[in-house]
Amino acid sequence: MRRSVLALALVAAACDRGPLAERATRRQQTLGSQPADVRPAPELPARFGVGRTPSDSQLAAWDVDVAPDGAGLPQGSGSVTQGAAVYAAKCASCHGASGEGTLTGPMLVGREPQDSFRFGRDPKLVKTVGNYWPYATTLFDYVRRAMPISAPGSLANSEVYAVVAYLLAQNGVIEATAVMDSATLAAVKMPARERFVRDDRKGGPGFK
Amino acid sequence: MEKDTNPGRSEATDDAQIESAGTPGQRLTRRGLLAAAAASASGAVLASLPAAGQTSARVPQPATGSAAVESVSIPADPTRAPGPPTSALGARSPFEQPARAPTGVTSGSSMTPLQALSGTITPADLVFERHHAGVALIDPARYQLMIHGLVERPTVFSLADLRRLPSVSRTVFLECSGNGRAAFRAPKAEMTPQNVDGLTSNGEWTGVALTTLFREVGVRRTASWFRAEGGDAARLSRSIPLEKALADAMIAYAFNGEPLRPANGYPARLLLPGYEGNSCVKWVRRLELADGPGMFRDETSKYTDPLADGTSRQFSFVMDAKSLITAPAYPERLAGAGWIPISGLAWSGRGRIARVDVSVDGGRNWMRAELQEPVLALAHTRFTLMWEWDGAAATIMSRATDETGYTQPTLAEFRAKRGAGTDYHFNYIRGWVIQPDGRVSFAMEG
Repeated sequence: MRRSVLALALVAAACDRGPLAERATRRQQTLGSQPADVRPAPELPARFGVGRTPSDSQLAAWDVDVAPDGAGLPQGSGSVTQGAAVYAAKCASCHGASGEGTLTGPMLVGREPQDSFRFGRDPKLVKTVGNYWPYATTLFDYVRRAMPISAPGSLANSEVYAVVAYLLAQNGVIEATAVMDSATLAAVKMPARERFVRDDRKGGPGFK
Repeated sequence: MEKDTNPGRSEATDDAQIESAGTPGQRLTRRGLLAAAAASASGAVLASLPAAGQTSARVPQPATGSAAVESVSIPADPTRAPGPPTSALGARSPFEQPARAPTGVTSGSSMTPLQALSGTITPADLVFERHHAGVALIDPARYQLMIHGLVERPTVFSLADLRRLPSVSRTVFLECSGNGRAAFRAPKAEMTPQNVDGLTSNGEWTGVALTTLFREVGVRRTASWFRAEGGDAARLSRSIPLEKALADAMIAYAFNGEPLRPANGYPARLLLPGYEGNSCVKWVRRLELADGPGMFRDETSKYTDPLADGTSRQFSFVMDAKSLITAPAYPERLAGAGWIPISGLAWSGRGRIARVDVSVDGGRNWMRAELQEPVLALAHTRFTLMWEWDGAAATIMSRATDETGYTQPTLAEFRAKRGAGTDYHFNYIRGWVIQPDGRVSFAMEG
């Protein structure tokens, strides 16, 4: 509780630099020159108290995020073999029979020799799950949200696990006998994981 | 598999398609004329014959015109007869037909016709689009914004709730981080400013400061990021550092004085001034306070910047300083030697534009352009340099510097650091070539 009070104070302090604070300052500055019948505007409350509390079911239905540590991954599991069937039925028409891509859907499968990650230098290199995606959990999160593009949200969790397993196996990231579930998927380390760096641009002279 | 012949394409290329913005020059289409006539509720007047005794100037007709094409008559002397009456919605003059392009793209973009605009404000119906699963159509009465996660009071706000809270308005640009990709990857002499850089727009956004909303829900001390999710069919999601919320982020529900257009996030979107457009999640329906990023698809496999050194830069939110001359530019043709304004737009996601320099000799020498006041932070800034063209071939270029002292790099500097394959944040110096006959084309080597 004490922590939360601190947090509130922290946010409130930060907010003091915000537009509301500016407005309050402006109000005070102009008070001296106001006509005699003008009173100060009401002091603003710490919060206005609008909105309602979401139900547990709405929270559960809406909060579908899957984090890199596996937080948010649901029950269920899927094998590479099961995934091949899901892929053929739901994905292949856009992404090609083996993930090679078509005019309507990007290539999903492919690795570079030594995972060279020459994307900066070679504009022809196509990014795939295997050669570019840093986290396997992102694949689950994205497929469950947005795929297949004509019917997003239509796959059961086990179907998502299965198709993720299939794509990871096609990319040579996991064995063809592997089964993906909340524990095994979170443990997968993607080949490009260490290639990503945080933004070091800061403005000022010089180009990065 | 041969990479050259690989049918797989990066979906990121949709951020900056190369398609032409249409036939250069003013052409009036039947559709445009009908729309203008209908919107003015004065079609009968517009389409009527000129008053007796008056000649009429025909509005140019499409070359493919047939008897079916509506003809619109403009009186030779508008002082001799009353014009059309008042109307519910203003329509553009039938002589003006700015258009976004390309159209009909569900997962991709349409670009703002920068060459058709004056000053700094983008009309709402010309703001660029970038969709990942089409335009979400949302009933405002059913709209909800849920804020949860590391907060004291998980809360669902209706649109009415948002409008009850104190509002803030701010004029800022919004630019897709893929803006300029086509000009970098596949430059063509016949590119318009729209083709080159049309994924940036600028105007006045109104909404609720995130600080206001975060006070309502009580952000916990352990929160360091928030994750924003859109209500479109992609449920597009991005993770944003909490500091940005405390600085100047807002949930915007209006643009240029009216509710957001559906293509730009109606009824509400996240707006992060100076940050790449993709992070300003449209149709936003959920903010989750968290202790780290979610590593969503659009902050890992997309919207990361491969660099020449074999790494990829992640969470590269800020749009660095950039500029583009919008006139003279392709497909314009200069009438002849003499004084002309060289005019364009400059902007920076780090603050105000401090100066814009213009070169008329391909970057060897530079002159300081005039900036139109007020110069707003994180907003398009109009620059102009009056120039007396002597009729000789020339390459004109612009180079912006922002208030942090950052200056746009040259193409060579850009290529050296980022590499020929880099994917976003194309902010190097560009220009236009003017031929002695007055033709203007995109300078493919900046």
